[in-house]
Amino acid sequence: MIQFSEEKLNKVKEIMARYPEGKQKSALIPVLHLAQEEFGGWLSSDTMDYVASLLSITNIEVYEVATFYSMFNMQPVGKYLFEVCQTGPCMVNGSDQIIDYIKQKLGIGVGETTADGLFTLKTVECLGACGYAPMMQLGKHYREHLTPAKVDAIIDECRAAVKN
Amino acid sequence: MGRKLLLDKAHIEGIRYYDVYRKNGGYAAAEKALKSMTTDQVLDEVKKSGLRGRGGAGFPTGLKWSFIAKPEGVPRYLVCNADESEPGTFKDRYLMEFLPHLLIEGLLISSYTLGANATYIYIRGEYAWIPDILEEAIAEAKKAGWLGKNIQGTGFDLEIYVQRGGGAYICGEETALIESLEGKRGNPRLKPPFPAVKGLWQSPTVVNNVETLAAVVPIINIGGEEYAKIGVGKSTGTKLISACGNINKPGVYEIDMTISVEEFIYSEEYCGGIPNGKRLKACIPGGSSVPILPANLLLTTAKGEKRLMNYESLNDGGFATGTMMGSGGFIVLDEDQCVVRHTLSLARFYHHESCGQCSPCREGTGWMKRVLSNLENGKGKMSDIDLLWDIQRKIEGNTICPLGDAAAWPVAAAIRHFRDEFEWHVNNPEEAVKRNFGLAHYADPLPVPQPVA
Ligand SMILES: Cc1cc2nc3c(=O)[nH]c(=O)nc-3n(C[C@H](O)[C@H](O)[C@H](O)COP(=O)(O)O)c2cc1C
Ligand code: SF4
Ligand code: FES
Repeated sequence: MIQFSEEKLNKVKEIMARYPEGKQKSALIPVLHLAQEEFGGWLSSDTMDYVASLLSITNIEVYEVATFYSMFNMQPVGKYLFEVCQTGPCMVNGSDQIIDYIKQKLGIGVGETTADGLFTLKTVECLGACGYAPMMQLGKHYREHLTPAKVDAIIDECRAAVKN
Repeated sequence: MGRKLLLDKAHIEGIRYYDVYRKNGGYAAAEKALKSMTTDQVLDEVKKSGLRGRGGAGFPTGLKWSFIAKPEGVPRYLVCNADESEPGTFKDRYLMEFLPHLLIEGLLISSYTLGANATYIYIRGEYAWIPDILEEAIAEAKKAGWLGKNIQGTGFDLEIYVQRGGGAYICGEETALIESLEGKRGNPRLKPPFPAVKGLWQSPTVVNNVETLAAVVPIINIGGEEYAKIGVGKSTGTKLISACGNINKPGVYEIDMTISVEEFIYSEEYCGGIPNGKRLKACIPGGSSVPILPANLLLTTAKGEKRLMNYESLNDGGFATGTMMGSGGFIVLDEDQCVVRHTLSLARFYHHESCGQCSPCREGTGWMKRVLSNLENGKGKMSDIDLLWDIQRKIEGNTICPLGDAAAWPVAAAIRHFRDEFEWHVNNPEEAVKRNFGLAHYADPLPVPQPVA
């Protein structure tokens, strides 16, 4: 059963209170972020239907929005999602080599997940960190000035976090 | 050293927090505006300052504010555009991360002036850690009596909310942003009606960039006239430039708009020159949507004058030989970079980000991407170059929102100024794939510009 904790439900209420009476639909994107974090890093149709019921809107209104925005994953992803920027400014600072290095190191292609379900590699467009290129998003934070050695360290860090 | 108005206190330890910010002169402008000025007087100062929108279009802020409709009994909204997704641009992030109270103070003064009692900061979803910083600052400001009900006993009420987006460049366009804030897909609206009349939830709304709203603070502190004395012509005040690409010191710089492009790239105070002894080949000075220029036209206008880092000078020569200030995302390419490849990366970006409502944009961006991909991968024909030109011409001006133009201009400028590099790719398909460098001669010493009569 998909169900937010008491704490998360309060958060949803708090978000909905930011908008005038009758405009609770505005809470959709923030609540989808919460749901994706809470329910496995992606949005299943059950998750989306649950969000629709929370906001008293139709399921289709949720699907429509979830599929429009690139941060919402419509398929399961690994525990750690490497989102590497490939746009111009990152490219001239070697993002292609970083992407190749990650592919080779993890043995997966772009859009794929490692067999142990730990890592997914995704390419994304400019994340507003062009001066600190090459870079990727990992969870809530950015990892910047990437080098192969830094990628190694990040992978080790993720593996260690799972063990503990 | 140019004068700094936004980042002058950025390096003070703890400036992110209310107490430190307040001790260093923070909220003095808010105090002045709310307690001793009418809304018309604040608006007047902003008009006098000559401040132009820092989000990309450069529209005069005071004028924009004066358009807001004031029907009886209808709420008005201010929306702060923190979507910052234009490749090359990362200045608003810097302001929000390091000086959240400067933004909040700016929002407070601006909301007061516009008569808005609820203000939303719409921030790109990927900046996932920044809402925490902003929300903490908002809570601090509220505790100190700068937000909430009856602010500082003036009778003015204001709440500021932070809203995360979901990852879509198009939501930086103001009507798409409003749609997104209403919980919908980010499809730009047809205008009119303009947001100033019917915006968020059909109420009068002003959308301004983060940097624009932060700049209101120094304007009130020093006065509009004083602010207008900094800079030159219609480029008043200071501008944040986020510099990236092939430079020694990438980062966010506050400039007064009198320095030359050459000084900005080569001086130690700013970009610190180009790494590894390479030469400058090209630059996109205002974010990915503005025309790319080869080194010679970048540093010197077609009239032979030094090009300066301001709206007018960057625009000198129009699209034939000039470019634009845009969002201040300054992307430098050295002699080893390939313009075809770079243009392909931007075309892919625009194709990915098109909302899909208009066929010229939806189909045209995909088509440009495929043709550029062929050229880049040694499968291009000479006729593809003219085809590209033709496609971009058919997008420009034929779409609901300016994303179409923004996708067309970089392709047009690349062909206009680097045509022989495209031809080189067609003529040397194998070599183009192998070494993937463009033509370095664009970085050769400048020809002496011929004065035009
Ligand atoms: C495709 C597109 C993307 C845009 N992205 C942004 C953005 O990320 N940030 C921004 O401030 N303005 C962006 N703009 C400009 C906004 O539509 C709007 O003009 C701006 O927020 C107005 O604020 P200003 O007057 O303070 O510059 C974008 C425009 C377009 C057409
Ligand atoms: S120009 Fe492109 S992004 Fe803008 S509304 Fe049309 S399809 Fe959407
Ligand atoms: S181009 Fe990669 S963060 Fe901007």
